[in-house]
Amino acid sequence: MTVEHVNGKNKGSIMLYALSTCGWCAKTKELLRQMGVAFDFVYVDLMEGQDQDDIMQIVEKWNPSGSFPILVINNSKCIIGFREQEIRETLGP
Amino acid sequence: MNFAGINERDADRVHEMMRSEAEAGGYRFNPDREFTGNLIKGLLRNEQRYGYRSCPCRLATGKKEEDLDIVCPCDYRDADVAEYGACYCALYVSDAIARGTEKQAAPVPERRPPRSKRLAGAVVNTVSTGPLSGQTLSFPVWRCKVCGYLCARENPPDICPICKAKKDRFERFI
Repeated sequence: MTVEHVNGKNKGSIMLYALSTCGWCAKTKELLRQMGVAFDFVYVDLMEGQDQDDIMQIVEKWNPSGSFPILVINNSKCIIGFREQEIRETLGP
Repeated sequence: MNFAGINERDADRVHEMMRSEAEAGGYRFNPDREFTGNLIKGLLRNEQRYGYRSCPCRLATGKKEEDLDIVCPCDYRDADVAEYGACYCALYVSDAIARGTEKQAAPVPERRPPRSKRLAGAVVNTVSTGPLSGQTLSFPVWRCKVCGYLCARENPPDICPICKAKKDRFERFI
């Protein structure tokens, strides 16, 4: 699994599941960068075979529709889609 | 976004072609050109790796028969533009949003059935009809799953005259 890390303020464990071609995923990633929070992200479309199946199991556990992006915070809260206000409120200063 | 093997000129050409085809059929492109430009590159990237232009905002399987409903324009575009003012990716938008008289309110929820239901052959939409059974027709009726165009002829057309979807997006309607 190719998880990449972006440095920033520690707001707990933040994991972004995204697609490399998706406009809303790009906007979500950009928002997190702009807010300066530390997060991990993975491009699910760039994974193959079993790796992708395994990660889709996790994605569908949080979001049964299997849509992207999803942002999982501290393994307890999940924000589906580019919901700017909700992301700002949850991870704000 | 930058993808290997996709140059700006090709992306611009496809962008212009798709936009003018959309407008000719009464559809509107999102006026945010940088945003749509990235989506077009995503479509070309998908064409490169899967062999067809599947939705850049959805995970494709690489098996065309399983992804036909999300080949752009997808089967869900028209309903999403009507209900939310934009398709799932926001490549296509309503006229009001294209003109800038309205702003897109929120992300569009996923209308496509989840993977488990798709594999089980979920029917996306059904409505009850009047008494059709027992009637005979001179021709079968074909429906374009992308835009709803109907035609009565032996076989569906190679290309939908309204939305330019290919023959494989037609279903037998009656």
